Amino acid sequence: MTAQSNQNPLAKLNIRLPEFNISLLAAIGLPVLGIAFFLMIWSALAPQVNTSLGAFPGPAQVWEQAEVLFQEHNDEREKEVAFYERQEERNAARVAQDPTYEPRIRAYTGKPTFIDQIGTSLVTVLVGFTLASLVAIPLGIFLGLSERLNQAFNPIIQIFKPVSPLAWLPLVTMVVSAVYVSDDPMFEKSFITSVITVCLCSLWPTLINTAVGVANIEKDLMNVSQVLRLSTFTHIRKIVIPASIPMMFTGLRLSIGIAWMVLIAAEMLAQNPGLGKFVWDEFQNGSSNSLSRIIAAVLTIGFVGFCLDRAMLFIQQKVNWDKNTQVR
Amino acid sequence: MTPSHLELTGVGIEFPTPKGAFRALENVNLKINKGEFISLIGHSGCGKSTVLNIVAGLHQATEGGALLDGKEVNEPGPERAVVFQNHSLLPWLTAYENVELAVNQVFKNKMSKQEKKDWIEHNLELVHMGHAIHKRPDEISGGMKQRVGIARALSMQPQVLLMDEPFGALDALTRAHLQDSLMEIQAQLGNTVIMITHDVDEAVLLSDRIVMMTNGPAATVGEILKVDLARPRNRLELADDPTYNHYRSEVLRFLYEKQKKVENITPKTAAKKPEAEKVA
Repeated sequence: MTAQSNQNPLAKLNIRLPEFNISLLAAIGLPVLGIAFFLMIWSALAPQVNTSLGAFPGPAQVWEQAEVLFQEHNDEREKEVAFYERQEERNAARVAQDPTYEPRIRAYTGKPTFIDQIGTSLVTVLVGFTLASLVAIPLGIFLGLSERLNQAFNPIIQIFKPVSPLAWLPLVTMVVSAVYVSDDPMFEKSFITSVITVCLCSLWPTLINTAVGVANIEKDLMNVSQVLRLSTFTHIRKIVIPASIPMMFTGLRLSIGIAWMVLIAAEMLAQNPGLGKFVWDEFQNGSSNSLSRIIAAVLTIGFVGFCLDRAMLFIQQKVNWDKNTQVR
Repeated sequence: MTPSHLELTGVGIEFPTPKGAFRALENVNLKINKGEFISLIGHSGCGKSTVLNIVAGLHQATEGGALLDGKEVNEPGPERAVVFQNHSLLPWLTAYENVELAVNQVFKNKMSKQEKKDWIEHNLELVHMGHAIHKRPDEISGGMKQRVGIARALSMQPQVLLMDEPFGALDALTRAHLQDSLMEIQAQLGNTVIMITHDVDEAVLLSDRIVMMTNGPAATVGEILKVDLARPRNRLELADDPTYNHYRSEVLRFLYEKQKKVENITPKTAAKKPEAEKVA
């Protein structure tokens, strides 16, 4: 019966729609208009602002620097390839002279480019976010299931939730340097520090939303579970987790947004490799191009954040059974 | 005398509220035989659902208790399957999967995979849902959801089928269809059924006995009306039947004369859902 009501009501009326789809035009045209308006204001106002590094860059200069950044990346890659080629040639020559010589390859030590920094930041944020989710979802389920557990832990959650990443960072850095001691570390210390900071700041929305979602499961569904005498494990697997998926994903989407923001701040402050460090280095560098390069980084950060959010939204739509939830 | 199949003895229950304990039920006594169809009727907030929940084991009686085949009821279980008012199907599972969850739980090691599949399909056929077994609850109508809810309850092969206003949220035509289906199934399987209803016609048409409850607080069984109409019953033939109409007026008289509902005096318990005004 619902299947029929899903059909387009216009189809029945047999009205010929105009060939040109107006809503599609609006969907593409309006955002383009908005962006054009923003670029116009930006290029008009930017030259008015004079800084110690010259006039504030407009869209054109930023675009130019973005191209330069990409070019620098390509150059660096070529240099790297050439570096290894030279080593191999030299080694081959030495082995030809002296067969007992054991060839050695030294790693390339060029500085990471802008593109490399994006990669580093992405990996870090995904690891931190995954870790946070692995902690927050099970914990949230337990807190949601037990009112007493929730009452016990709620004050702690509420106090830690608003803590800025910058406050955690010194503590995390000190603890990581003290605890993570290894002669042949699998990960850089800076990586561990960033991951833990991201994790500490981003687990709260997932934790709280999961707990609320679990606590508010319909009484009827809980009754069904009781009548069926489901074991605790089956109850969680068959009823609790699916029922709280919509809320869980609301939390996860908030969390990944926070994770990305926190990571950039952590990288700036702790000089951990990544986009944050790039911004800070450019700021310290203070060349006439620095501001344009920083803006290019800012836009990249925004774009990556947007992509992360869309990715979560995509997963949410795949996993969520409740197709009526408004997702935006 | 043989002991009854299901027996409620001196059942009373109190709910804690901020203003002190609220006594919902007092001294409810009821004996139900195997295969009997019992309706519980009464005004909103009189504790009908509470009685049902005590039998289901979802509420614990403060005094007295329920015995099923001589065994005390103190927790929920599939031998007392419940059909809830708003179907309460798991919205992320199809009709088949909803029934499957129950079947897997009740017949875990007693049925082979194929037997389970046949049994699930058989129960869905029984409620005339064979055509939509792989639809999810949001893809089917309210009446169809309720059918699946009934199939799920039946698939547990319960000793007692408890129905909490199963057709309360449906429109009149759908309700009539489902009542007919229920009579058909009842004739076929001979289940013991306790059904809560607001609908006098429904009570008379379906029941062997109608249990009429007094108004709360401290509600109890007011009168029990035995409905002696031959089965199978046909709603059209019965419409002009004097005996049928006599039973009908008996129930109406109880509800609107003897237990006339005085609004704004009886406090509603927290557990009560808004009833009656729900119309699909």
